[in-house]
Amino acid sequence: MTSLLAADEAGRLLAEELAGRLPDARGRFGPFGGRYVPETLVPALDRLQEGVERWLHAEDFQRDYARELAGWAGRPTALTRANGLSREWGAEVWLKREDLAHTGAHKINNAVGQALLAKRLGAKRIVAETGAGQHGVASAAACARLGLPCVVYMGAVDMERQAPNVGRMKLLGAEVIPVTSGDQTLRAAIDEALRDWVADPMGTYYLLGSAVGPHPYPYLVRELQSVIGREARAQMLTAAGGLPDVAIACVGGGSNAIGLFHPFLNDGSVMLLGIEAGGRGSGLGDNAATLAFGRPGVLHGSFTMLLQDAHGQIQETHSVSAGLDYSGVGPEHALLQAIGRVRYEVASDDEALAAVDLCSRLEGILPALESAHALAGARRHAMEHPGSRILVGLSGRGDKDMSTLQATLLAERG
Amino acid sequence: MLPRDSISEAIRNASAGGKPALVAFMTAGFPSRERFAADLLKVGEAADLIEIGLPFSDPMADGMTIQRSSRVALANGVTLDWMLAELMTLANRPRAPLLLMSYLNPLLAHGIGRLAADACAAGIAGFIVPDLPFEECAELRAALAAEGIALVQMVTPVTPAARLAMLARESEGFVYAVTMTGTTGRDVAVPDAVLDYLDRVGSTAAVPVCAGFGIRHAAQVARLAGHADGVIVGSALVEVLERDGDPAEFLRSLRSI
Ligand SMILES: Cc1ncc(COP(=O)(O)O)c(C=O)c1O
Repeated sequence: MTSLLAADEAGRLLAEELAGRLPDARGRFGPFGGRYVPETLVPALDRLQEGVERWLHAEDFQRDYARELAGWAGRPTALTRANGLSREWGAEVWLKREDLAHTGAHKINNAVGQALLAKRLGAKRIVAETGAGQHGVASAAACARLGLPCVVYMGAVDMERQAPNVGRMKLLGAEVIPVTSGDQTLRAAIDEALRDWVADPMGTYYLLGSAVGPHPYPYLVRELQSVIGREARAQMLTAAGGLPDVAIACVGGGSNAIGLFHPFLNDGSVMLLGIEAGGRGSGLGDNAATLAFGRPGVLHGSFTMLLQDAHGQIQETHSVSAGLDYSGVGPEHALLQAIGRVRYEVASDDEALAAVDLCSRLEGILPALESAHALAGARRHAMEHPGSRILVGLSGRGDKDMSTLQATLLAERG
Repeated sequence: MLPRDSISEAIRNASAGGKPALVAFMTAGFPSRERFAADLLKVGEAADLIEIGLPFSDPMADGMTIQRSSRVALANGVTLDWMLAELMTLANRPRAPLLLMSYLNPLLAHGIGRLAADACAAGIAGFIVPDLPFEECAELRAALAAEGIALVQMVTPVTPAARLAMLARESEGFVYAVTMTGTTGRDVAVPDAVLDYLDRVGSTAAVPVCAGFGIRHAAQVARLAGHADGVIVGSALVEVLERDGDPAEFLRSLRSI
């Protein structure tokens, strides 16, 4: 990373980021971000950007959005003091309970916000991609609520390991299209959703599910997900009597993490820690830890860190959790790493599975495999910093992971 | 003559008789690396301009055919370095100017700094980068300009008028006028609206205009005559190479009406 940013440039960009001035007018977070798309999509992105500028912070949009979040999606979500984990780890652990949000993960915050925006833009149809199926379910639910037709692209590999979510999407009225090209996971699903959008850029709205993609998506998704961090910050002050020492979230594309982190950026005392999927090792293809092992490049519309080979071909990834199994990462995370405001670490498949086990037994909460990576990071942090006050973004619930858990944790028990 | 001017000139010469010039697209190293040099020559017997596609793992603007050819070429071990070396050591070169079509990331991995000189040495006269909109292209465009290499801009039927005029003005070598919204490969009719759109592109372009995406039949080419200076044939030609047909014969058949 040092090659990308000189020290004085890092300092300047840190100040810009803390002042809330990023992305800039060109959709850049320092060197990262931008808008690398086929020409056919340029007018569609221009229109989306105008819509974002006009409505996202307008009073009537915010009123509708707040009403849907509170009355339909079940916000605010609880902040839970994790007594069992606190005792076990010798720390003070708090869980921000996105698993309690409607449809079972933070993805709903973004899906309902973008669906409201799509309505105002006059979209006739929504397309979305999904990895773990959580964004697909959230999009299907939001579209059902708002009366919009919804098509979800999902990799064939993911359809198998997240089968319950496929059925949920169908019940919610969405059409689920299996993607058998490429790696048959999230990356191929995004490729396919983009191809669909290219075919009808003006009538179709692309409801992107993470803080990735061309400008303005990383900004739009961050703004919609920041409700997580805003609520958590206020709840910590009330329930815990102060800010956490560290806030920890898992990072796939990075939407729950940027949503948790962003409202804490200016709290200098709060360390921010993102946990990527370490999979089964550090080799290319053995993990999905883009910030740990990647190099900068362009994929899916933005300049960011990528898992790629020496020739610029994007590499397949591995993670036990479908939602983290992606070879790119949101451009704002690439910047936050480069300027040192957020620290990124990895947790392995085994560490995540152990965290599912522990959290389920000690807290009575079955976390999503994605979220379990954040718990694994929290455990490690607690070992290194005994007694610290830790806020964990529990991004979703684990019911969707039953087939993976049957084949792993439950198989070991016989 | 600068490399980029050789592109415009080849199109103008070929279309002087009233029929559009033929721009052929083929994926480098597909169906095999061994056949590439020979296929290039065969295509060059009938094509006025040749686009060589560098395969990419995530070809988001491409339909099924070019997705498939890209996947096979990558499995065959095709890289930019291999392709450049192959072009530098050709025993016989096609007379048609060569363009490189690539998504941005493999070019970034090669390094924009040395890309232009390497491409020039391999005899590449122009670049088409489908995921690089004009606003993001300054660095690559300047690097290529230093060697006289063209960076082709694309326009589409949904491009607003002011932007379309700007892109047509800024494009080098030729303007790539996409005939439809969608990915490559689908068969398209050529409605009157598309002809009007091509006329609008032509009226502001400083260089010839070539129409591409979905061109497969002589009837389409005949309808485009007078509205486009050239037609770009991609998926249909890749399919001919895939089934071991005669690419020159297929290309000639497109100008038969
Ligand atoms: C529960 C849960 N957490 C986290 C993620 C990862 O996405 P992101 O990094 O965008 O939050 C997913 C993605 O599907 C998810 O379902």
